[in-house]
Amino acid sequence: MSTDPLLEVEDLNVSFFGQGETTLAVRNVSFTLGRERLGIVGESGSGKSTTARALLGLIPSPGVVTAKTLRFAGQNLLGLRDQDWQALRGQRISMVMQDPKYSLNPVIKVGHQIQETYLLHHQASADDARRRALAMLEAVKIRDPDLVFHLFPHQLSGGMGQRVMIAMMLITEPDLLIADEPTSALDVTVQNEVLRILDDLVTDRGMGLIFISHNLPIVSSFCDRVLVMYGGKIVEECRADALHKAKHPYTQALLRAVPRIDHPVRELSVVSRNPEWLS
Amino acid sequence: MSNTEILTWREWLTDDAPASRRQAVTGNIYRSVRAVCSNSAAVSGLVMIAMLILVAAFARQISGDASPIAQDLATRLGAPNAQHWFGTDELGRDIFARTVYGARVTLSIVLLVSVVVAPIGLAVGTTAGYLGSWVDSILMRITDVFLAFPKLVLALAFAAALGPGIENAVIAISLTAWPPYARMARAETIAIARSDFISAVVLQGASTPRILFRHIVPLCLSSLIVRLTLDMAGIILTAAGLGFLGLGAQPPTPEWGSMVSSGRDVILDQWWVATIPGIAIFIVSLGFNLLGDGLRDVFDPKST
Amino acid sequence: MIEAQGLSVTFHNNGRAIAAVRDVSFRVAEGESFGIVGESGSGKSTILKAIAGLIKADAPGITVAGRSMGLKRSKAERRLMQCVFQDPYGSLHPRQTVDDMLREPLLIHGFDDIADKVGAALADVGLLPLHRYRYPHQLSGGQRQRVAIARALILKPRILLLDEPTSALDVSIQAEILNLISRLRLSYRLTSILVSHDLGVVAHMCDRIGIMQNGRLVEILDVEDLRRGNTKKKYSAELLAASVGYSRTSS
Repeated sequence: MSTDPLLEVEDLNVSFFGQGETTLAVRNVSFTLGRERLGIVGESGSGKSTTARALLGLIPSPGVVTAKTLRFAGQNLLGLRDQDWQALRGQRISMVMQDPKYSLNPVIKVGHQIQETYLLHHQASADDARRRALAMLEAVKIRDPDLVFHLFPHQLSGGMGQRVMIAMMLITEPDLLIADEPTSALDVTVQNEVLRILDDLVTDRGMGLIFISHNLPIVSSFCDRVLVMYGGKIVEECRADALHKAKHPYTQALLRAVPRIDHPVRELSVVSRNPEWLS
Repeated sequence: MSNTEILTWREWLTDDAPASRRQAVTGNIYRSVRAVCSNSAAVSGLVMIAMLILVAAFARQISGDASPIAQDLATRLGAPNAQHWFGTDELGRDIFARTVYGARVTLSIVLLVSVVVAPIGLAVGTTAGYLGSWVDSILMRITDVFLAFPKLVLALAFAAALGPGIENAVIAISLTAWPPYARMARAETIAIARSDFISAVVLQGASTPRILFRHIVPLCLSSLIVRLTLDMAGIILTAAGLGFLGLGAQPPTPEWGSMVSSGRDVILDQWWVATIPGIAIFIVSLGFNLLGDGLRDVFDPKST
Repeated sequence: MIEAQGLSVTFHNNGRAIAAVRDVSFRVAEGESFGIVGESGSGKSTILKAIAGLIKADAPGITVAGRSMGLKRSKAERRLMQCVFQDPYGSLHPRQTVDDMLREPLLIHGFDDIADKVGAALADVGLLPLHRYRYPHQLSGGQRQRVAIARALILKPRILLLDEPTSALDVSIQAEILNLISRLRLSYRLTSILVSHDLGVVAHMCDRIGIMQNGRLVEILDVEDLRRGNTKKKYSAELLAASVGYSRTSS
């Protein structure tokens, strides 16, 4: 049972039709995910966020999702109806977005928002939900949960807001968490604290985590496995700690383009794109 | 052959790498025109307003030999018939001719008001928004004073003070109509002034008037035009209201508001005297509203 | 070339005073590339804006090329330094073509041969003649940033101020833009100040680096010291450690 992969994706394609043209945003993406940290890296337009949205059934209407297999914990996700998606989303699969400012309701206290999320998916009393919310705030290392419970989103700093978001997404105890650039809007020191919280939660609860980022050093140091996407395709898959030994010319070029403190260079190398990568 | 020619024209206009300033500007205008044309509300509004303009321009030809001011007391309050399509009023004047000529009066009011209101509102709003501090406070308190009065009452007071007449009515309406434009231009200017592209021209050493007129005003224009179009209906109604109260156009000028007013006494027995100019007011107001709505959809910065 | 002496900036918001920059002093020699790093809210961009004359410092504390400079500056003083901003989408006027934007500074300063100068400036930053009459929305992020750089350099300033010039760009585009800035800096002998939250970028571009925290300058390091981790203050060491990547073992 536990050896079964949490998520199986085979030949996932996402295309958008518009003004007589078809744009393939995701092409033939296949991967499996266990209870591990999977990183997806790529530049803007590489299809990494679209892939994540497809896994949540959140591709807006002109977009078309096709796949050979799309299975989550044994359940087929292809052709799922809206209400089935709703039962799945938030309950068993959750998503953390880049900027907590846009994901939280600005006029409701954050504690109540977390509480609501819990009540939406569980039969519980308000008191119970409140206790769970406070416990969750504590789990994301917020020092004074009682205080933060009664704050409005605009009173939170970036790092605090992202922790609240994570608390809200995890209160339903999902099996899979998709984090789309969860730390890109944060300062480096805060970034590492948030990563640590995610890390502990994955380890303690045995969750699967898909971590989407454009930041190669973070992905290689945080994840177990990495998928490198380019132009909607997975061009390389490797172990995260072996990312620096990546074979694909795109991954290599991307790694060399990052200015590094410990490796001074006179000129940064530029990524020259080869159309063959997409064929 | 002509087909390929049209195609190259369009290619020239929609080229995303224009070769000259002129091509870039016309290309941009072409895109806006196409966007407006693909919006059905804007197109129907535009058609109604085009009709108003045509009627005003060819009033003489349309009304034939009927004069809008010639009285014929023998046929007063006549019902619509073959000779007088819309009937006659209490002085025996042809209502069709008066309605047609009334388009001229309405159009001139609309034009004069927009010519006065837009520059005043824009100048006050952008100056207040960009300079801020005490300039802002003074200009905005003045604006508030004007805003505090109900529009028609204030226009009434001005019209009464200046004396009745169409020019004075226009001045009175303009004086009451500019404050919302100043408010809007100020709010937009404050947002624009914070942006980096304004900082960049400040760093280049541009003078304040240069920044205001070359960089800020062009960005405020589109929402101003939208607002003005939406307000046109209100302005026409205010003008009609002043005419109705006897403070706008003076007899025998064929003005729709005063025509409605004069038909009021006989509205139960001779409905056409008040109804026909009323319908004209309604159609033109609707036209401007539709155009304004359509333009707002097209130019709304949030959608682009 | 640039000297900040006891520079402080206070913002007033609804009667509350917020000290954004407190008593910061540093010098940038002619031709030097100085970097300022810090996290959001550390006051690093505020320093740059005060030097550029976009916001008011509490007391006159900025000297550029031997002259004390406040908020009001002459055209000649403005020409001395130009700025490239962070957001390639917000730093270009949405209703102006590239050509319009590059002509404007030349018109303000009464140059002639404007058309030739615009063409040369575009070529300088690696843009093609076909980009000249485009509007910003027809350009990619990297191309927009090139336009911003061309606009800053068209007046031939001696100082270039860079406010997070690449933080909104992809890594590969960032590499191109940073290489471009390095090349132009050398060929025009520019003095520059680069503000960034990314230690890697600052270390790549700058000779000396000031580290900011809560409006104060914590310390100034040579780039070699930074690379070797020779920091004197605890905060600098923390920032350096956090920038290398996530580490599972440390607490």
